[in-house]
Parts: sequence; structure tokens; C-alpha cells
Amino acid sequence: MSAVMGEGVDQMKLRTKYDNVAGYTFIAPFIIGFLCFTLIPILASFYLSFTDYDLFSSPQWIGLDNYKEMFFEDEKYWNSVKVTFYYVLAGVPLRLGVALFIAMLLNRDLQGIGIYRTLFYLPSIIGGSVAVAIMWRNLFGNDGAINALLFFLGVEQPIYWYQDPISALWTLIFLSAWQFGSPMLIFLAGLKNIPKTYYEAASVDGAHAGHRFFKITLPLLSPIILFNLVMQTIGAFMTFTPAYIISNGTGGPLDGTLLYSLYLFQQAFSFFHMGYASAMAWVMLAVIALLTLLLFKTSSYWVHYESKEE
Amino acid sequence: MLMLYPLVWFLMSSFKESSSIFTTAHSLIPDPWVWTNYVIGWAGIGGHSFGTFIKNSFVIVVLSTIGAVFSSALIAYGFARINFYGKRFWFTCMMLTMMLPHDVVIIPQYILFSKLGWLNSFKPIIVPQLFGMPFFIFLMMQFIRTIPAELDEAAKIDGCSKYSIFFKVILPLLAPALATSAIFSFYWRWEDLINPLIYLNKPELYTVSMALKMFLDSQSASNWGAMFAMSVVSLLPVVVVFFIFQKYIVEGISITGLKG
Repeated sequence: MSAVMGEGVDQMKLRTKYDNVAGYTFIAPFIIGFLCFTLIPILASFYLSFTDYDLFSSPQWIGLDNYKEMFFEDEKYWNSVKVTFYYVLAGVPLRLGVALFIAMLLNRDLQGIGIYRTLFYLPSIIGGSVAVAIMWRNLFGNDGAINALLFFLGVEQPIYWYQDPISALWTLIFLSAWQFGSPMLIFLAGLKNIPKTYYEAASVDGAHAGHRFFKITLPLLSPIILFNLVMQTIGAFMTFTPAYIISNGTGGPLDGTLLYSLYLFQQAFSFFHMGYASAMAWVMLAVIALLTLLLFKTSSYWVHYESKEE
Repeated sequence: MLMLYPLVWFLMSSFKESSSIFTTAHSLIPDPWVWTNYVIGWAGIGGHSFGTFIKNSFVIVVLSTIGAVFSSALIAYGFARINFYGKRFWFTCMMLTMMLPHDVVIIPQYILFSKLGWLNSFKPIIVPQLFGMPFFIFLMMQFIRTIPAELDEAAKIDGCSKYSIFFKVILPLLAPALATSAIFSFYWRWEDLINPLIYLNKPELYTVSMALKMFLDSQSASNWGAMFAMSVVSLLPVVVVFFIFQKYIVEGISITGLKG
């Protein structure tokens, strides 16, 4: 206890200000893990992207050939880019729209609302599993529940979801929309932060529901929309399991569900084109980084921060 | 209700006769109720009972969860409570890692693990988890910030070092954040398909995800009932954990709002 007495006050301050030994001891696992499993692999992947490497013989330096092949010769590559953008551009807004809609429904003080919140979240928590992908595959099967339902509603001809590239892709988009739980919870947290008095004041001024939504809810929620948009976009670009399971690993029909991650996986682990797959990974990294940057840069035009106005 | 319909349909289908699952896709209630799907499914595939796959999944999930949660807590404490040179730099590295697509590191990691001779073992799946997960570190840091610094100070005056402060003061108080992280770790490892797909090629090492995929490959049309039954079994631990811990899960998501 009294060890402090012997030391000068300045010296003690210095000791409490920086505690390098303890600090580095605690974060040592991160540094080791970061170097071994992130930094060195990224650099290795960058190097490999300029090589021809099949894992069994040593990598052959081929310069930009992988990138050239990717951009100018590989039609399947461009197709997977197209499919992925389709998936992201249709899927992310749909998912966020559903999430916001449900969050607004749940943002009421009703009895038992907590149970609904929990149940709505359930599909998201199990959504990444193989079991759910299998279920989805069968729901949309030729004689699955969706077609049975459509028949019941009077649609005579069953829809062959998996025979057409676009409708097969839409089953994946529906799956991602069905798992709206985590953006929904974030929206809900955001909605709770909007003061009720704003709505009351607007009602007094005679604003109808649409007005209130566009003039109050959307602007005040915009920072949260941006956050969800960035996270969900990154997540959507990396979708793998459902596409793999629903198409049985092929990305079919006619490569209609060949998402980027799935094609990368095929190149790396089915054909052992490790160099080519590394180049694909780097392009993905660049595109995601660019998109994220773009979202943040353009956000100043549409994201409304309350603190700025004051 | 529309949200849960697919899940109920799925559950009910596992009690239908394989041959009638699709002819009766429009009706929920099985007629007759069949339990044999579960028996057939549990018998497994390729001479390995489904119990083996569940055991494999549990070994991976438990070891990686303990490793990930404990190491993340250490790292979070270091970042949240200790000042050291270069902290800002390492913190930035961590946040960037959180946004990094897994696809970028998966190939070099595979090469590394195959060079180490770790293919067909659980090591490539478990070991990277032992060095902290950025998402958990971030979540725990947020939580540690809500713990009053006076507690640390008081423990220090009582003669505690940084290390004993961590173990005696912070770690017990961190319990809710540890629980949240553990639950997420459980889900992600349990559901993980791509890592087992890459690293495990022997059926006796397969995880539940892999086993289901193998079912899908080999049974195709013949035995949907068993396939559905085992899918239900594979979701059972997930759903049970969900209902026990849903409070933590909902909190954890709203604090940091990631993933999904």
C-alpha cells in the first residue's frame, strides 16, 4: 500500500500513463493471430495472385495473366460478378426494407411484443445453417410448399424455380430477406431513440403517416440505415452456404446462382487454381473497400446527424 | 406467422413418409405420423452414426468457443483499460480485420495448414479461434467501458496487479458479454460449412453441416424424410440455446449490431 510513498509523483504518473508490458501482454494473442492469420495471408494472397499455383508444384510467376484472364477471357467470371451484383442490389434493399417495416410494426408498447421480437429474430439466427438451406431448396422445389400454396391461390401452372437462372437467384434473395432479424433489431434500437414528441408535434400540425415517415423517421434513422447498409452489403458479397447447398455446389442452373464466393471456392478447391482464386479474392477486397468508401463519402448527402445541426 | 411457416412446414415434414412429403406439401399435419425418419437418419451415412457428427461438431464448437471468448476478453481488457504505445495502431488493425472478407485469407490459410500437415484434423478450424475474434473484442470493449474505472483503482490500491484486476474484477463483471460472445461463437461454428468443407475429407471427422451436405448428395430423392429429420436434429441445439439465452442475443446484437 505504501510503496507509492517512495516514488516521485511524476514518476508514478508516467507509470500509470503507459503500461507497455501489461498492454502488450494482454493484446499479444491478437498480435500473433493478426500476423499469422490475417496480415501474412493477405500479403501471400497478393503475391499468389500473380502466380500460377496448383498447391502441388511451386508457384510460377506469371505477372498479370490471372487478372487478364479474369477480365478479358473468363465469361464465367463476369457472369458471377453479374449474379453477385444482382443479388446484392436486389437482396440488400429488400432485406433492409423488410427489416425496417417489421421494426416499425414492433416499435409499439403492446403486451407480449417481446415474444414477437424474439420469434422474428429466430430465422436469422439459424439462417446460415445447412439445414435451413436444405429446407429452402425444398420449399421452392417443383412440388414444394411454395408451389402448393400458389396452386391453392389459383396459379395452375407450377413455377419451376430452379430451372430458370433468374428465378433460382430470387429464391436466394428471398432467403436473405427472410433473415432480416439483425438489421431489424438495430433499426428497432434506433427507432426507440426518436423522441415521441416529434411525432406528436407533427400530428398536431396535421401531418399524415406518410409525411411523418419521410420527414421524421427516415432522416433521424439515416445514420443507422447507413450502418446497416454497409454491414449488410459486405455480408451479402460473401454469401456462400445457401448458394452452395441450393445449387448442390454447381452454382446452377446455367450459373444463375454462381455467386462470387462460390466461384472463388470452385476455382480454389475444386480446380486448385490457387493463384487465380487469389486474384479473385483481391478484386473482391478492392470492390468491397471501394463500395464501403463510396457509401461513407456519399453519406454526407443523405445521412442526417442531429448533432451537426445545432 | 408467415415468418415461421417454413420452419413449421419443415418440422412437420420430418414426420411424414418420405414418399408423401411432396405430394402433401400443401398440408401441415402429417398423416400418418412417422417416427422412423429419425431412426433411419440417426443411423447416419457411410457407416457413421449421426451421433459421431454431432460429437465432432461439439468438440469443435466447445474448444473454439472457449478459446475465442477467453482470448477476446484478454485483448478487450488490454485495449479498454491499459495505455501503451501503439495502441491506436493495433486497434485500427483490429477494426479493419473485422470488415475483411474471409475469402481473402482463406486460400493462404489453407496453404499454411496443408504445409503444417493439419488437413483432416480439427486444428485448422480451432486454432485461429484462439487468438481473439475482432467482433467479440469490440463487443467486450464496449461492455468494459460501462464498468466504472473506480473499481480498477480500488483493486489497485488493495495491491492488485493489472493481471489480478483482470481475473478478479473485470472477468466476473464481464459475464453478460462473455455469454453473448459464447452464444455467437456457438452459432457460427455450429453452422460453419466452408471450413469443414475445405479441411475435413474423412467422413468420420465430418461435422453436422458436412453430414447434412453428404446426405443431400447421396440420398437425393430417395429418403427425404430422414434428411429432414436430421436437419431438425441439427437445428435443435441452436433453437434450445436461442430460447434460453435470447435476452443476451438480442442485447448483443443491439449493442454492436453486426453479423447476420
